[in-house]
Amino acid sequence: MSTTAQELERPQQQSDVGAWLRQNLFNGVLNTLITIVLVIFIPIVLFLIVRWAIFEATWQPVATNFRLLMTGRYPIEHVWRIQACMAIIYLLFGLSAGIWQGMVRTIGIGLVGFAIFFALFPFSVSARLWLVGSVVAALVGYFVGRPFSSKLRIPVIVLWLISPFIFWLLIRGGMLGLPLVTTNLWGGLLLTIILAVVGIIASFPIGVLLALGRQSKLPIIKWCCTLYIELVRGVPLISVLFMAVLMLPLFLPSNIRIDNLVRVLVAITGFSAAYLAENVRGGLQSVPRGQYEAASALGLNVFQTTFLIVLPQALRAVIPALVGQFISLFKDTSLVSIVGLAELLGIAGIVINQPEWLQVTGGVEREVLLFAALVYWFFCYTLSKISRRIEAHLGVGTR
Amino acid sequence: MAQLDNKLQPSKAIPFYRNVKVLALVAQIAFLLILGLLFWWLIGNMLSSLRRSNIPLSFDFLPQTAGFEIAESSIRYSATDSYGRAFLVGILNTLRIAVLGIILSTIFGIIIGIGRLSSNWLLRNLAGAYVELFRNTPLAVQLIFWFVAVILKLPRVRDAIAIDGIFALSNRGLTLAWPVAGESYAAWSIWFWVGLVVGVIAYVLRRQQLQRLDRPLVAWPVAWLAVLATWLVSWLGVWLFTGSSPLVIDQPHLSGFNYIGGVSITAAFFALLLGLTCYTAAFIAEIVRAGILAVSKGQREAAQALGFTPFQTMRLIIFPQALRVIIPPLTNQYLNLTKNSSLGILVSFPDLFFVTTTINNQSGRAVQVILIMMACYLAMSLLISLFANIYNSRMRLKER
Repeated sequence: MSTTAQELERPQQQSDVGAWLRQNLFNGVLNTLITIVLVIFIPIVLFLIVRWAIFEATWQPVATNFRLLMTGRYPIEHVWRIQACMAIIYLLFGLSAGIWQGMVRTIGIGLVGFAIFFALFPFSVSARLWLVGSVVAALVGYFVGRPFSSKLRIPVIVLWLISPFIFWLLIRGGMLGLPLVTTNLWGGLLLTIILAVVGIIASFPIGVLLALGRQSKLPIIKWCCTLYIELVRGVPLISVLFMAVLMLPLFLPSNIRIDNLVRVLVAITGFSAAYLAENVRGGLQSVPRGQYEAASALGLNVFQTTFLIVLPQALRAVIPALVGQFISLFKDTSLVSIVGLAELLGIAGIVINQPEWLQVTGGVEREVLLFAALVYWFFCYTLSKISRRIEAHLGVGTR
Repeated sequence: MAQLDNKLQPSKAIPFYRNVKVLALVAQIAFLLILGLLFWWLIGNMLSSLRRSNIPLSFDFLPQTAGFEIAESSIRYSATDSYGRAFLVGILNTLRIAVLGIILSTIFGIIIGIGRLSSNWLLRNLAGAYVELFRNTPLAVQLIFWFVAVILKLPRVRDAIAIDGIFALSNRGLTLAWPVAGESYAAWSIWFWVGLVVGVIAYVLRRQQLQRLDRPLVAWPVAWLAVLATWLVSWLGVWLFTGSSPLVIDQPHLSGFNYIGGVSITAAFFALLLGLTCYTAAFIAEIVRAGILAVSKGQREAAQALGFTPFQTMRLIIFPQALRVIIPPLTNQYLNLTKNSSLGILVSFPDLFFVTTTINNQSGRAVQVILIMMACYLAMSLLISLFANIYNSRMRLKER
């Protein structure tokens, strides 16, 4: 009996190429037509692009200005501090990968591959050594983290939490014998990442509070939070940036001078917080009523209910949305070039206008902009893939 | 027993510091007080620094002469006009790009979204690649790329890519043939309105007829037919009677250094429109895809069983149901597109934001200028949300 069941279980799979082609490319007249058009069209376009990229494009401006594009006018003798930050990140990722395995390890492997890939390029010896050093740090972290996973859990989380402050200290300096590097020298991809990361970290507590305020039963707090969220969401980011750069100095006493980066960070934080609040609100609404009722039946007060019962569940549900917001913030940082900060796009503009490329026929705009686009794309695409994996991992939406 | 009863009775003497109502009130008053103090401090600082730099906080600069030119405008504007009018030019330019962008990105987005669900492997992956490419790069980079690396690299006007009398594409922008009012337009214009009235009457009559016949109340095809027929017949009548067409096609032709005639899109507008459309279409495609996937599989199978063609299934069964899921996030994209049009400054398109920065440079009234700009963007956002909510509730009513 069991053998017949086995035999009936699945029909013979058609694994030959012809069947796949029939099913996916030539099922019906319209699809056949589309296939024929695309089969002619795609290779021609690809051929033209590849031919342009290899034989016609001038990649010289990107190669000579690579450091400028990555770190802006950050002094070359201090670039090691940024590389040290990278090594610390690799070490922490290695430790985390050893402790938690799974997803973190996949990301860590990606990071290591990335560093090895870049170490193959003909950069300066010290840059390549730092890349190799980062890889070694990650590996050391992994093999330390794996056996001591239970003991290292808390210290590593604490390290992650304080790491932004360490990075800020290292990059800015002015303390512990490190010379000060003023923020107007920060630029390129470094500034892009700083803006996005500081923006999302700083806006997180504000966003959560705004979301809680909007859900509050106290009418005045509810209205104020709603007003703020809707006002900010109704205007473009660039107008908020413009306002921060022009009006923030007016709002403060005349003896306080704040530099441009801080003004922009305030604007990005305030803007991002409103969007984050809406994401968190979605999460708060997904927590079933029974959770609130159970918490109050157990005698928990409002704060305990909110911070121990509701928020953990709500935030877990909105992690993919938060990653999505980080991606859009990462893209939006390109707007600060309009108010005069030289992040990746701003530096790209500077490189395009360098006098030595004026002789190049056709200009170098395409090459430099494509490089900038590629960098942005790499970060955003990787993050969106990670977000999708987290979503699958958490089972959001399937529960 | 008496003791127990006593405990169950709400005791009258709840101390005020444990009374939830009192606490809530106190918390809110404290919140307002702190907020008020903060604002008082900020605005006080602002007023004193404005006074120090001798900038009055009034809107009396609006009627003053602006003194700067604006590259393109849909209303008459020159440097001698007022700041107020310059604002209006900016608002109208923003609205123009937003409306066109919304229409084009919707069409484009729906096509790509459906393409992503095609059974054709090549088309499906091409659409997927498009979405991943455009969604994951910043709009600012795309806009500058379209402007500097594509449109400004087009041939000069002299060697424009053109079909004479139909279109001309050069690094100055795009010029298209366009119908304009002819000599006899005045005589025909009344028939335009007559046609609309005929359409309304036809709609009502057809509806009644359908009701009598107990058939689905779809009266608009007949109504539109009536409108078009009226326009066509009156058009021919006027043409025969006066000997000239009410609408003539204005063909672009080279005159001096640029194309004139027809309708022109400047290079900046063209780049902004391309950038906004391609970027937003990628997001709309994902929304459309998710909406279509949200329609249960049984609907498609039932339609196939009833003998609908794939196109009919999509148009009559799947899409109307998907629309309910699609509309709310789609509204968000429309809002984003409108707000993103402020990036026009990267390609020097004189939209609201660009005009605002210029006015700020000219007049130095940062506070007022920013307030006006913010208010305008807010009003536009609210308007779009309002229309979307009305449409959404109409769609929802049909739910059974």
